[in-house]
Amino acid sequence: MAEPIEQVEGRGCVLRGDDIDTDRIIPARYLRCVTFEDVGEHAFEDDREQAKGDHPLDQESAEGAEILVVGRNFGCGSSREHAPQALMRRGFRAFVGGSFAEIFLGNCTALGLPCATLEAGDLARVMDAVEADPDQILTLDLATRTLQCRAGRFKVGMKPGARDQLLEGSWHATRVLLEAGEAIEACASRLPYV
Amino acid sequence: MAARSLLDKVWEAHTVRELDNGETQLFVGLHLIHEVTSPQAFAMLEEMDLPVRFPSRTVATVDHIIPTHSRARPLQDALAEEMMQALEENCARSGIRLLEPGSGRQGIVHVVGPELGFTQPGMTIACGDSHTSTHGAFGAVAVGIGTSQVRDVLATQCILMARPQLRRIEVQGSLGPGTYAKDVILAIIRRLGVKGGVGFAYEYAGDVIDAMSMEERLTVCNMSIEAGARCGYVNPDVTTVDYLRGREEVPRGEAFDTAARDWLELSSDPEARYDDRVELSGADIAPSVSWGINPGQNLGVDEQLPRVAEFPDDEQPSVEEAYGYMGLQPGAAIAGTPIDVAFIGSCTNGRISDLREAARVAQQGSVASGVRALVVPGSEAVARQAEEEGLPEVFRQAGFEWREPGCSMCLAMNPDKLVGREFCASSSNRNFKGRQGSPTGRTLLMSPAMVAAAALQGAVRDVREVL
Ligand code: SF4
Repeated sequence: MAEPIEQVEGRGCVLRGDDIDTDRIIPARYLRCVTFEDVGEHAFEDDREQAKGDHPLDQESAEGAEILVVGRNFGCGSSREHAPQALMRRGFRAFVGGSFAEIFLGNCTALGLPCATLEAGDLARVMDAVEADPDQILTLDLATRTLQCRAGRFKVGMKPGARDQLLEGSWHATRVLLEAGEAIEACASRLPYV
Repeated sequence: MAARSLLDKVWEAHTVRELDNGETQLFVGLHLIHEVTSPQAFAMLEEMDLPVRFPSRTVATVDHIIPTHSRARPLQDALAEEMMQALEENCARSGIRLLEPGSGRQGIVHVVGPELGFTQPGMTIACGDSHTSTHGAFGAVAVGIGTSQVRDVLATQCILMARPQLRRIEVQGSLGPGTYAKDVILAIIRRLGVKGGVGFAYEYAGDVIDAMSMEERLTVCNMSIEAGARCGYVNPDVTTVDYLRGREEVPRGEAFDTAARDWLELSSDPEARYDDRVELSGADIAPSVSWGINPGQNLGVDEQLPRVAEFPDDEQPSVEEAYGYMGLQPGAAIAGTPIDVAFIGSCTNGRISDLREAARVAQQGSVASGVRALVVPGSEAVARQAEEEGLPEVFRQAGFEWREPGCSMCLAMNPDKLVGREFCASSSNRNFKGRQGSPTGRTLLMSPAMVAAAALQGAVRDVREVL
């Protein structure tokens, strides 16, 4: 079993914009590696370079932030796990946003990183609040499905399977899958193809 | 028995067990791997001290990092060489087949799977690559996965997944001249949006899909992921069976006939239940071009770029961002936009039929001065076939470069890259910021024939004027 994840508490960092794809989170040239070790350094590299210091990740307040607050369809595009790995290695432990692309969400769950969604109005309030006061602590609570910050306490949405896996500490899927034991071979032998 | 969709049938056949949390432990019939997303998975497996459970169900190829100029070893790029070696060692150690460069079987993972007959109807297929949806063209349930899931598949041949909802998309009627499978899927994504498919599998059907060759269906299914869908498929039919007959990895003789009968039965029952249905008319689809920074931001080549105000309020910031990045003017015509580079290739449009269509256009002129034009076949088999038909000569004479197979400028992990703010007419699948190797490079997605037309003109051009 992995460690159960019931709550993530920490400062937030707001990254506005919809449809932020994994090519932007980690440009393809940094996929030329056989380990994930150094990918954190290159998170949003091109966006940050073009923003010349104005990128949210380059603000002083982003230092040590643990919850990334994003728009809709975050993490769309390539399946590269390098994307959540890069953000995790920069210290993020949870994502709160409008919506998440499916493969990205699956990758995050496999790494023990919750992805929680907020209604559009609530998301706008949380974004404004965090930008106005980046020092505040956000609390994402998986059991009660809420996000608490100074602007209030908001209901969040989570994919039920993902939430259960995180709460139960069964997000390291290999262990869970192995529990099926011989049922795996049994399924294989029923298939009409080899 | 209640009427069932192909998704129902394949899902049931591969269910190992249902978990209390609503997810299914799904057996993966065919696992495809490549050099970019697998080395970390093998390392994780080793850390857990687990062997590869079904090595014969994994097939490896090298495509993303491979240079298309010279593939002499060691590769010039030391990082690429390291990745290549890691793949070779992992495959050798685990007893996994590797389709090596020079073997005649190497190519882009989503090109070689189908052409060698690894991909078959009714399979579940997973690969650490989002365009795994491609294989759905055969009536397989094919999903892209991340590296931790690659580890899961190596260790258990299973993934955890919630059953997606099902949307049937019917494209009725027929397509006009100069309009291809690429235009069909671009039109679908334009209509339903890049987030429209989240939570869904797409079943493509209707006259236009029925009339398509397997290669065209592969192009459509390939970009399901750009529509946000987890996977997309076409029900198997006579076209599917005919394509597979005689391929290297499919059963032979009587065994083939038996398999073919089973395959045809996998099709969705007429009364199958869908969570949603959408219909498009083939006649309404024009040769299309993307103008923005996601594949949904596309339009017919004869249209004017949309005004920001035409979009719903909540989409306007993205549209403004797209215009800012692309440097295009709302209200202007897309035709006539000058290009610097033309790229024909990728798992979307790097197959022989794509090259034939592009060559048909290319032979009518020569590449405009100042334009770099590249043709990269999707696999060694595609290259071989093209050579037999004399296509490389046609391209070279027109001023295109003919390269070795690989992903190339689709994602520019090898030396093929845009420079600065270059505009690229591209037959690939993603126009994301920086996708083609330059952080400020600009991609215009279109069909291979349209790319060839743009290469000759030095600007975006309606291919119907050329054909
Ligand atoms: S051709 Fe492009 S989209 Fe296809 S597998 Fe290669 S990099 Fe991915």
